[in-house]
Amino acid sequence: MTGVSRVPRARAGGRLKVAVPRGALFAETLEVLEKVGIDVSELRGDSRSLVFDVDDFELVTMRPSDVPTYVEAGAADVGITGKDVLLEQADRVVYELLDLGYGMCRMVVAARRGDDSMSEAQRRLGGMRIATKYPRIAEDFFESTGRQAEVIDVKGSVELAPLVGLADGIVDLVATGRTLAENDLEVREEIVTCTARLVANRVSHKLRAAEVDDLTAKLREATGQ
Amino acid sequence: MIHPIPPGTRDVLPDEMRELRRLHLSMVDVFERFGYGEVRTPTIEYDDVIAQGEGRAAAGAYRFFDEQGALLALRSDMTVPIARLAATRFSDADMPLRLCYVADAYRAVRPQRGQMREFTQAGVELIGAEAPGGTAEVIEVLEAALDAAGLTRAVIGLGDADMHRQLLEGWGVEGEACDVALELLARHDLVGLEAHLIALQSVNEADRRTLVELSQLRGGREALAEARELGGPAVQRATMRIQETYDALDERGAADRVQIDLGLLRDLGYYSGAILEVYDPAVGHILGGGGRYDKLMARYGADLPAAGFSLYLERVHVAQMEEERILRAEAQQ
Repeated sequence: MTGVSRVPRARAGGRLKVAVPRGALFAETLEVLEKVGIDVSELRGDSRSLVFDVDDFELVTMRPSDVPTYVEAGAADVGITGKDVLLEQADRVVYELLDLGYGMCRMVVAARRGDDSMSEAQRRLGGMRIATKYPRIAEDFFESTGRQAEVIDVKGSVELAPLVGLADGIVDLVATGRTLAENDLEVREEIVTCTARLVANRVSHKLRAAEVDDLTAKLREATGQ
Repeated sequence: MIHPIPPGTRDVLPDEMRELRRLHLSMVDVFERFGYGEVRTPTIEYDDVIAQGEGRAAAGAYRFFDEQGALLALRSDMTVPIARLAATRFSDADMPLRLCYVADAYRAVRPQRGQMREFTQAGVELIGAEAPGGTAEVIEVLEAALDAAGLTRAVIGLGDADMHRQLLEGWGVEGEACDVALELLARHDLVGLEAHLIALQSVNEADRRTLVELSQLRGGREALAEARELGGPAVQRATMRIQETYDALDERGAADRVQIDLGLLRDLGYYSGAILEVYDPAVGHILGGGGRYDKLMARYGADLPAAGFSLYLERVHVAQMEEERILRAEAQQ
């Protein structure tokens, strides 16, 4: 049994607030929202605004990794973010309603091409050093496969870590694999495939059931899921 | 000088304390009006006695040895201590027994999430009254408590704790596979649930859809009709139980703010039959919950049906302030 969180004070009522991820999922998210009949032209412009009122919706743009935070607190009623973010923040209480199918990426273990420092460290030192922006996913993965790893949390380009000897390998999200190849890294293991997901605040899911269900159904149709 | 206190605890200063005390008193007033007598139980209990009620190996998050070497635990809610109290102190009393409390409980926190280790719950326990009448009475008291707090827009979700397990077991999904599915349902991870059921193979596609669609049904009576169409004996039994409770509420004129919710599932282990959750549109978290726990009393040797609810008092206080703010803003327009 876990603790009781302090109450967020965001309020429901008014337009349905939708958390829209900027970054890699932004363009495809706008396409999908457009398909369900939401006018996203303002978001496409170079406006520096973060909040856009469009018809029945208030579109709130943010980093994908902030989406679970806003949705859990009810500051956004629903939101779109990657499964990688949801896995990394698995302790956030949000309802995962739909796999939207786009934004397909793989979470992988990678190391320098032809380099065996991972297995050597494993064999001679009992564990390897892994740099990642996803410490929780990395720890869970190595634990679930019975291996010891020292997970090093980095914020910037993870590819750098094995090149300069900070780590024996990395855990990172890979779309095309080009960044890996350019840094002379190769995929060693695949952890999980990640796509964009629709999530909802648990109170909004109950109290704004009709609107949430309607948007979910339309998104399901638009993405062919 | 700054002298720290542990994370997840806090000091309450006079302005807030005054409001919390007022809320505390108004809750007890409502409970007393319905005939519920206030009780207090020790903050610390024997760990094994509490674990007996919770039906799992480890009870509280905070356990320690006393000077005799006995293992003690801080209570994590009030329902189990009151079940212990009722079985011990009122074994010969006339039923039903109506008890209420406003008390602190203690739970573990996850780091850096701003969670509270110590928090206050206000609630009632109705012991010895069966469904549906007993459940309806508890919901009526809950509605009165919400009104007394000024939360007239709050909604009570009403679901059934047994339906999903029975449904899954009917399809031959048992043991760990069933527990995993229930956990996914409780977290409402519908994508994960579908993937889990597909991996099991024993559940066909139609049944899979049934489970996912059921978990999305919420609303008035029409939700029950839709559920029945999805079919199956487990669903029929559950919808019948919910229907009876809803009818009993209707008779009391107390069904208006109850939302039937076939996707409701709470993670506390002792619930059976009706389960409740409380929402207010002004805040993003649940304000409390409850339901029936017809098998809990038997764990203390008194085989009695029971139901109750508890509200997180600090959350109710936040919702109260937010609702007042909304009213003020509307008045200014």
